[in-house]
Amino acid sequence: MSSADIIRSAPVAACRPWPRYMVPTDQWLMLAPEDVSLHAFWADTAAVYALFTSGAGQILLASTAVRDGDYPALSPRFASAILPERMVQDLWGHRAMGGVDPRPWLDHGRWSVTHPLAPRHGPATGATEYAFRAIEDLMQIPVGPVLGHPAEPVHFRIHAAGEVAASVEARLGYAHKGTLLLMRGKSPRTAARFAARLSADATVAHSVAFARAAEAAMDIEPPPRAVMLRGVMAEAERIATHLGDLVAACGELPHLCGRLGWHREQVLRSAQVAFGHRMMMDCVVPGGLAGDILPEGATALRMVADGLAAELPNLVQGLGTLGAGIGIVPPASLEALVPVGLVARAAGCSVDARQNPGYPPYPAATPPTLPGADAAARLRLRLHEITISLDLLRDWLGSLPTGPVSQTLPNTGGEGIAVAESPRGAVWHWLRLDGGLIASAFAADPSWRLWPMQEAASAGALLADLTLIDRSFACARSGVDL
Amino acid sequence: MKPVAETMPDPAAEGVAALSARLDAAAQTRLGRSLALFHVPTGGCGGCERELVALEGVVYDLERFGLRFVTSPRRADVLLATGPLTANLQEALAQSYAAMAEPKWVVAIGDCAVDGGVFKGSYAVHGGVGVAVPVDLLVRGCPPPPMEILSGLLSLLAANGPRQVRPRRRLE
Ligand code: SF4
Repeated sequence: MSSADIIRSAPVAACRPWPRYMVPTDQWLMLAPEDVSLHAFWADTAAVYALFTSGAGQILLASTAVRDGDYPALSPRFASAILPERMVQDLWGHRAMGGVDPRPWLDHGRWSVTHPLAPRHGPATGATEYAFRAIEDLMQIPVGPVLGHPAEPVHFRIHAAGEVAASVEARLGYAHKGTLLLMRGKSPRTAARFAARLSADATVAHSVAFARAAEAAMDIEPPPRAVMLRGVMAEAERIATHLGDLVAACGELPHLCGRLGWHREQVLRSAQVAFGHRMMMDCVVPGGLAGDILPEGATALRMVADGLAAELPNLVQGLGTLGAGIGIVPPASLEALVPVGLVARAAGCSVDARQNPGYPPYPAATPPTLPGADAAARLRLRLHEITISLDLLRDWLGSLPTGPVSQTLPNTGGEGIAVAESPRGAVWHWLRLDGGLIASAFAADPSWRLWPMQEAASAGALLADLTLIDRSFACARSGVDL
Repeated sequence: MKPVAETMPDPAAEGVAALSARLDAAAQTRLGRSLALFHVPTGGCGGCERELVALEGVVYDLERFGLRFVTSPRRADVLLATGPLTANLQEALAQSYAAMAEPKWVVAIGDCAVDGGVFKGSYAVHGGVGVAVPVDLLVRGCPPPPMEILSGLLSLLAANGPRQVRPRRRLE
């Protein structure tokens, strides 16, 4: 039996819009990557959850019960499960039997408890030395988490052979804030503030995915005007974040950097005029929006969009071939970790949650791709995607439906899952409501899969190129630290 | 490449000019005093960091105020912290602060760094950088816009005289 058939023949739990298949433990062991891909992996107190797609692109949400704290690991067969299994062990205490990497991930031994999401917490353990992957006889170079220049925290352990990085290992968890526990027991409206603060440069995307998951669980639809304005905000965010990531990557081209930064600032200011917040934090809420677009908003956004569209050809020319041939994502790594987001599109894979599975208000289109899989492709594709976002944004601003922008939420129970395409790629939010309050929730940023891709793309690179490679990926720190 | 269009009225530009004038006056009394800034992420969502990055860009251009980021705490005058102080970063903050020479200042940037913000009360968060190091200036906001961060830094510069050890006090 194929893995898809195993999943589809399991008993079903009600989850909207996709059912959840409760796969028995013995069948879970047989799931294999031949015909399904693993996109996300998380847990609640009683089970572990896996989001697969079948070869035909069908979404298959599966779970299996945790027995005596154990479940059969997926990581020996699915590389995209390795980091999440470590996170599940740290937060819930569920052990992945046969898992390929038993090291802690988010838990650095410094919290006031262990297994904070388990029904019974464990005692604090005290800080421990982290066991980096060892390569004998090579010089180790530690970088971060504090750099002095403004940046989010991550630690890189580089093993150097002369001028070449034989391997680069990223350690995260520094920005772990306990977000998932803070969301528990709150109404979706209140918990939206935490979804909005998973990763500031994708705050709209995370807020949209969270809101759509809550709306799915409650079986309600936000009003059409809210849906289209969510699209406007999400594309404005994509433009601003792409510009910001390009600024970070283009340090050696100061003039270009200045122009990109200037445009980013204009986008943020127009967002302030339109939605009352530069990054549009807390503007998207379950049920719709926190408020309508402000009176001068559409004009401000349009003027900024026109100005940026007019200068884009110059920006493309200015960028040239920066990053050509460096930081190439090995095809095997891309395949094993399942292609996602801009990084995959810059490696020729046409994946985009706005199209597949797709959600409103996006019209059908073919996601643009570039060949190369190198830093240059990732940087160039950002400028190209900005063009497309500008067109969408201007179209929608010219055709906003009238009517309310929010609706009241029923105090119901239910389980829901939803996706939104962030500037980095698909973010998935899953939650279960009990009497209108959050019983359990998870947010899967694409960076769970992008970090290992970045490590693979960095191995063998020149030490001098590592910063540019890191910035061409621009993986989330806070977004995966939870 | 030139700006193709001044795309919208730019209210903040006046603010920047006003601050610039204030700083010129302050700088005269101080004979070219400049401040070296050292950023320590204390586990925020990335919003405050992004606004700090904006300060370095052409629009706000920190350097013209004599403010610049340095990569070693030993050469830094001011520690800028962004985030609620996660347990996983407390040691990094304490070490950075300890490595700075006196006189030194600490600025808590954003609601998180001020008191933990929305993350207050979490098992993983200490609830503001003041828990671990003495804070001289609080810049509220989630995130505070670059103009407010800049304004805070300049008031710090103006309120603290030339290089001398002075009693620590809290400004707000
Ligand atoms: S204050 Fe707001 S923007 Fe700054 S780190 Fe905290 S949540 Fe993010």
